[in-house]
Amino acid sequence: MLEIKNLHATVDGKEILKGLSLSIKPGEVHAIMGPNGAGKSTLGYTLAGRDGYEVTEGAVEFLGQDLLALEPHERAAAGLFLGLQYPVEIPGVSNLTFLRTALNAQRKLRGEEEVSSADFLRLVREKAKELGLDPEMLKRPVNVGFSGGEKKRNEMVQMAVLQPRLAILDETDSGLDIDALKVVAQGINALRGPDRAILLITHYQRLLDYVVPDHVHVLAAGRIVKSGDKSLALELEREGYATVAA
Amino acid sequence: MAPTQETLSTVEDITGTYKWGFSTDIESEFAPKGLNEDVIRFISAKKQEPEWMLEWRLKAYRHWLTMEEPKWAMVKYPEIDFQDAYYYAAPKKKPTLKSLDEVDPEIRRTYERLGIPLEEQKVLAGVEGARKVAVDAVFDSVSVATTFREELKKAGVIFLSISEAIREYPDLVRKYLGSVVPMHDNFYATLNSAVFSDGTFVYVPKGVRCPMELSTYFRINAQNTGQFERTLIVADEGAYVSYLEGCTAPMRDENQLHAAVVELVAMADAEIKYSTVQNWYPGDKEGKGGIYNFVTKRGLCKGARSKISWTQVETGSAVTWKYPSCVLAGEESVGEFYSVAVVNNYQQADTGTKMIHIGKNSRSTIISKGISVGRGQNTYRGLVKVLPSAENVRNFTQCDSLLLSDTSGAHTVPYIEVRNPSAQIEHEATTSKISDDQLFYAMSRGLSEEEAVAMIVNGFCREVLQKLPMEFAVEAQKLLGISLEGSVG
Repeated sequence: MLEIKNLHATVDGKEILKGLSLSIKPGEVHAIMGPNGAGKSTLGYTLAGRDGYEVTEGAVEFLGQDLLALEPHERAAAGLFLGLQYPVEIPGVSNLTFLRTALNAQRKLRGEEEVSSADFLRLVREKAKELGLDPEMLKRPVNVGFSGGEKKRNEMVQMAVLQPRLAILDETDSGLDIDALKVVAQGINALRGPDRAILLITHYQRLLDYVVPDHVHVLAAGRIVKSGDKSLALELEREGYATVAA
Repeated sequence: MAPTQETLSTVEDITGTYKWGFSTDIESEFAPKGLNEDVIRFISAKKQEPEWMLEWRLKAYRHWLTMEEPKWAMVKYPEIDFQDAYYYAAPKKKPTLKSLDEVDPEIRRTYERLGIPLEEQKVLAGVEGARKVAVDAVFDSVSVATTFREELKKAGVIFLSISEAIREYPDLVRKYLGSVVPMHDNFYATLNSAVFSDGTFVYVPKGVRCPMELSTYFRINAQNTGQFERTLIVADEGAYVSYLEGCTAPMRDENQLHAAVVELVAMADAEIKYSTVQNWYPGDKEGKGGIYNFVTKRGLCKGARSKISWTQVETGSAVTWKYPSCVLAGEESVGEFYSVAVVNNYQQADTGTKMIHIGKNSRSTIISKGISVGRGQNTYRGLVKVLPSAENVRNFTQCDSLLLSDTSGAHTVPYIEVRNPSAQIEHEATTSKISDDQLFYAMSRGLSEEEAVAMIVNGFCREVLQKLPMEFAVEAQKLLGISLEGSVG
């Protein structure tokens, strides 16, 4: 599903990703862990196509397409979703409007019919409740007045509605208490499927207790230095990055 | 608005970005070029005005000759040669008419292309639950059609072109004309008083809630002609009326002057809601051409508990210079001003409002949203004035600017003059741009950059757009999207 080959990326003239390679097959859950500054968020932004993140070498194939040749909104329509570490506020634009506009924009790009207001509302309410978010909050402007945990849950609602093929979740677990963590994990697990894949970017092992990964990778100094199964995460927690990545 | 969408796509190939830029090929009759007493007599004669009206015009003209053009606004434009324009242009074929069939078919086609219903059965299509809207269509210097007059008359509402009103209801017009914007008020208002062409007159009798929205569509067509419309709306005690004006003009290389005067009078317990969606030709990408929109609009809240609200969406014009204002004379009267002004390419706007509090317990609300794109310059200029007699006045002003390019400008010039210590005046202002984070967030969810900007700008303007009558809110949103073209990339 996702094939990253020797990816080099620079931000503000500084090279952060230094030849990263990764292969994700449909149905799989991967976790990327690593020390601060290793390039975890950079990977997410580069795959999503954010301005300022320049690819200097390498290739990325997503569902048979050259991902790097697509604009950010085209990548979204192709089935890519990036759950942000710091979700942004957009005053004046309600969560509902934002999400409906996004969903319909994606559907239009894929040549699908727009979703009706009634169907959309029903869907969103359902997903919001599942994720422990009061549907009334969705009438508020995007993320305005949301606590950190609520913002993360809002990302999950978006993911549940947009139904991406590949969800890249950047530190979705940061700032969550134990209950919120369980609920968010439920949301992530609900997205699992034979033709979907999930890439979790995280510092901590905690989330991986609830969303059990098939593969765990260590990202250090801009490259994947070690890969293993879920036991690697436990090893990291015990030994720390320096030892394991050595 | 189905007709408008269809016409938009057909017109697009012909005219490019400003989709109302087409001109209508009809025979027009012009006054001799230039401005002098003869031209004024010519205009008055064409309109078959009574003697007192001609005298009024001449008095204004003679005073205008002694006045100096004001230069204090934050806008730059080349000297206007007042002699180098026509002050009257009317379609040759029968401007006054009894039935729609008498309207020149070319003119009918124009309004069709603009999506404006001249036929009474046709409602603003494509909008759920759309109500009937009465339309007064003004083409250059004359009103060419006014719909629903009979139905309105049954309710007691007088709605007709001001030229006709001067002939049919002279006493009523004479009583109120110039009572809110006096003849000598300012350079452009005085000019307007001398050469005003046409506009709308509305009178709503005591206790009557006008049964439908009233609107006027102003269309400048003839070349090199100034448009000086004059509108007067009077709501008697306990009356209610909601009025909308829309404006478009063809693309031309020369600038054209539009100097209008709008006067509103609200008696005790009456309410006037006045909405404007202005889309005069803004000039091309190099700043060539475009309308000069120099307008004096003022409402008098004469009676106790009267209310006047101005809502404007200004996306066009090369230069916009206007301050729809409220004189809050009545006790507990309310004045409101909601505005979205967009300047793109080389457009300039110096706009805002004046709220003059005279009556006790009067209140005013000002919400102004300025959007600057390209090399546009947007200035908010507002006055909140509280006279010593005005006890317990409350005002809330919020003035927000959004800068979408690094070559555009937003300026704020608020004046607050309070001479009564019990007044509560609040002023908030923000200046912002669309952050990269916000743009990326929206794009990562599937919105193209243009769609993202449009959505965020719409959110920025929401408070104001919500004040528009529903049918026009949709049109205004589309207009916003179109006026932002070129703001991205």
